[in-house]
Amino acid sequence: MAFDFDVIQRSLPYLWKGFQYTVELTAIAASGGIFFGTLLALARLSSKRTLSLVASGYVNLMRSIPLVLVIFWFFFLVPMIVQGITGSERPPQVGAERTAIVTFIMFEAAYFCEIMRAGIQSIPKGQVYAAYALGLGYGQAMRLVVLPQAFRNMIPVLLTQIIILFQDTSLTYVISATDFLGAASKIGQRDGRLVEMYTFVAVVYFVISFTLSQLVKRLQKKIAVIR
Amino acid sequence: MENPMIDIKDVSKWYGTFQVLKDCTTSVRKGEVVVVCGPSGSGKSTLIKTVNALEPFQKGDILVNGISVGDPKTDLPKLRSKVGMVFQHFELFPHLSITENLALAQVKVLGRSRDEANERGLKLLDRVGLNAQAAKFPGQLSGGQQQRVAIARALSMDPIAMLFDEPTSALDPEMINEVLDVMVELAKEGMTMMVVTHEMGFARKVAHRVIFMDNGEIVEDATKDDFFGKPRSERAVLFLSKILQH
Repeated sequence: MAFDFDVIQRSLPYLWKGFQYTVELTAIAASGGIFFGTLLALARLSSKRTLSLVASGYVNLMRSIPLVLVIFWFFFLVPMIVQGITGSERPPQVGAERTAIVTFIMFEAAYFCEIMRAGIQSIPKGQVYAAYALGLGYGQAMRLVVLPQAFRNMIPVLLTQIIILFQDTSLTYVISATDFLGAASKIGQRDGRLVEMYTFVAVVYFVISFTLSQLVKRLQKKIAVIR
Repeated sequence: MENPMIDIKDVSKWYGTFQVLKDCTTSVRKGEVVVVCGPSGSGKSTLIKTVNALEPFQKGDILVNGISVGDPKTDLPKLRSKVGMVFQHFELFPHLSITENLALAQVKVLGRSRDEANERGLKLLDRVGLNAQAAKFPGQLSGGQQQRVAIARALSMDPIAMLFDEPTSALDPEMINEVLDVMVELAKEGMTMMVVTHEMGFARKVAHRVIFMDNGEIVEDATKDDFFGKPRSERAVLFLSKILQH
């Protein structure tokens, strides 16, 4: 059997578009996930029992379901919910790309929550006392004193999670979103060149993820020296 | 007689079934320096932390300049902003420079402009002899220097009283005096101070009154001369003999 790697060359613009979507989805899911994950972490650590119970219930649920299922679930459920609210006759089309964004933010928030929770707990209680003693309120103490330190301590772990997220976004291909893998597999099926396309995609994912994790490792050492 | 600046009335506190504070009653008048001492685990750090509500208590009340700490309607952040506190482990914010440490609460709580806050911060830094360190970060300073910055940070809020929670017990011996010197000066200027410490030299020099605590109780509350001259309780005598031996 002969390989035809020329198919990659020919479809580069289409693949590039898919790749851009993958990067975009990673960036949006990471920032949204960190934002909501931080709120979830604060809720989990809250002294209000109901709040922390709801938050930890959510986190445990998300962390116990395979990501593929969550994606499917949202893909079919969100239109139904929207239909229920608006009362329209047919479920509205939410679209694979938008479903993916919502799903990934919600799913990643659970993982970022656990990272931020560990980060917040790594800050000595005395820092919170000192912030309170100066007259700062809870929100100010968190925003100005605790979270910046928690975030700084957790940067290597957060980046590692983003690298995993970058790879996980390829799962959106199950709802036919045209991410990097989706684009490659569409062309591979059209031209009967799946092996070539999958190999190419794998190499690209490997090079990017491996390079980034090496960078994170270096960063980690640097931070350790500063601290 | 005018109302005391800090009025602690029958304060009790429990951790579960364990009582850490037992009906503690005492007060600190304006301009008075009160030293709180006692063996470890006696509740003295807990008591001083109840004054600005960092530790909640279940019974009794504390009035700071007439405002109730125990009243749920009290604006605690506002009350705390008027009471300076210095901690055993300094608790400077490590992600902020010294200047930013001094300016943060002035800007965010008192609403001062950044320029005004920096100017006030620099003045106080100069007062504790550290204006050369303004641009550094806490991690680059020695323990004694950090604690002096922490005092300056508390003073930057123009507090009506200062609480010190074992300010020198985490310091290397050679750094204790530089911190005590700042505190002595503060006391001489008439600052109202409540100080948890084992530094009896400091107590002898500037304290007006000494409170001795044991097992969550205030065992002795006497003027400095009475406390060192003729302590009444056996426990205080024993404690003094232990820490003054060397």
